[in-house]
Amino acid sequence: MPKEHANWSPYDNNGGTCVAIAGADYCVIAADTRMSTGYSILTRDYSKICKLADKSFMASSGFQADVKALQKVLSSRHLIYQHQHNKQMSCPAMAQLLSNTLYYKRFFPYYAFNVLGGLDSEGKGCVFTYDAVGSYERVGYSAQGSGATLITPFLDNQLKSPSPLLLPAKDAVTPLSEAEAVDLVKTCFSSATERDIYTGDSVEIIILNASGVRHESEQLRKD
Amino acid sequence: MSTEAMDVPKGFSFDLCRRNEMLTKKGLKSPGYLKTGTTIVGLIFENGVILGADTRATEGPIVADKNCEKIHYMAPNIYCCGAGTAADTEAVTDNISSQLKLHRYHTGRESRVVTALTLLKSHLFRYQGHVSAALVLGGVDVTGPHLHTIYPHGSTDTLPYATMGSGSLAAMAIFESEYREGLTRDEGVNLVTKAICSGIFNDLGSGSNVDVCVITKGKKEYLRNHLTPNPRTYISSKGYTFSKKTEVLLTKITPLKELVNVVQVGGDAMEE
Repeated sequence: MPKEHANWSPYDNNGGTCVAIAGADYCVIAADTRMSTGYSILTRDYSKICKLADKSFMASSGFQADVKALQKVLSSRHLIYQHQHNKQMSCPAMAQLLSNTLYYKRFFPYYAFNVLGGLDSEGKGCVFTYDAVGSYERVGYSAQGSGATLITPFLDNQLKSPSPLLLPAKDAVTPLSEAEAVDLVKTCFSSATERDIYTGDSVEIIILNASGVRHESEQLRKD
Repeated sequence: MSTEAMDVPKGFSFDLCRRNEMLTKKGLKSPGYLKTGTTIVGLIFENGVILGADTRATEGPIVADKNCEKIHYMAPNIYCCGAGTAADTEAVTDNISSQLKLHRYHTGRESRVVTALTLLKSHLFRYQGHVSAALVLGGVDVTGPHLHTIYPHGSTDTLPYATMGSGSLAAMAIFESEYREGLTRDEGVNLVTKAICSGIFNDLGSGSNVDVCVITKGKKEYLRNHLTPNPRTYISSKGYTFSKKTEVLLTKITPLKELVNVVQVGGDAMEE
């Protein structure tokens, strides 16, 4: 008897774009605040960024119900870690935890496209980029979500070393200043908003550095 | 009526359908169509008809054209808004517009909206819905102002106010709340603009600017980009530079080895 197929899907895509850029002593994490389904907008004011630890912020696009569940799992695991080790988790440690959590549901994945940004134990900016099932890599910058295909080539042009063949290997973290990186992020989002229907309304930007956390917000096209 | 202008074309050839179906079953993604997403509206006011449209054209989730024209010319006194596949709306309105012109030459009279309606609906019915064009047709002729909607399969409605496209519900919500008979020109234009804006901001398939067309007896006003409520929000003050050339990574010159060593021993080489 041929296999029957379900007439419903457990997943939905709520759209949106996330970006993170690592600097020498700072990290910028940004995400738009539009939540949509199909051709409709659910809300113009939804935060896709979650603080997992003092120095780790995760931005996730995809199915927001799965994202919420994932954020809860990671937050509670971090709390347990704090009780057991009497300290906050470092960003690379949180990165590994996120990867393991995602792979744990390898055969019924979290429909979440994540970007983890923060400061490592030396105070340098670090960005980790993930797929839906936990494959991850430390990079200098990353974009995920519906506008990622529009933003990544622009960041490659502005931030990437010309080629990995060019030795000595250029360091992943960008030499740009914090203000320049924030300007770059705002430009990325306003450009992506022009051409991607799922990105818009406003962009929430988090800047992490030695002195703490800063929030910035920029209005985007609402059509 | 002469038959040359009204010759029935042979229609689509469906020969490749079975092969295309087999390929999609094997996993080949078929090429997408440029859909206009769209919010288009029309309403009748005291002196004529007002048509409105947004200006965004989408290809799936990407905006292909931020400022396209969706209000098409049919005749000096008739305009048509189009939603659905952009190529289809463009082609069908151009085609029927040409047919109307030839008909005007033949009869010596101004075109009537019902003529355009019949030509469009016959064309769409003949193609059994494969021509994906959903239209809002409006104009003023000797019999008065007219407004019609035409669906891709060829059915039509005659209405005092109408909306079509993915943003039609958002726009109709505005019309149903605020439409009344005998609106003045300014009230009509404002209502149409409000309805299109509702589509632009609440429907992801519609966006950018508002186009309006006001048609009255003997006069038409095509207000292209009547409202532009979506300017680019952030422009970096410092600007960005892009290198003009491809980066040179490595330069390696390998001289080609000589195959033949020609040694000249006195006198011409060619001589015995």
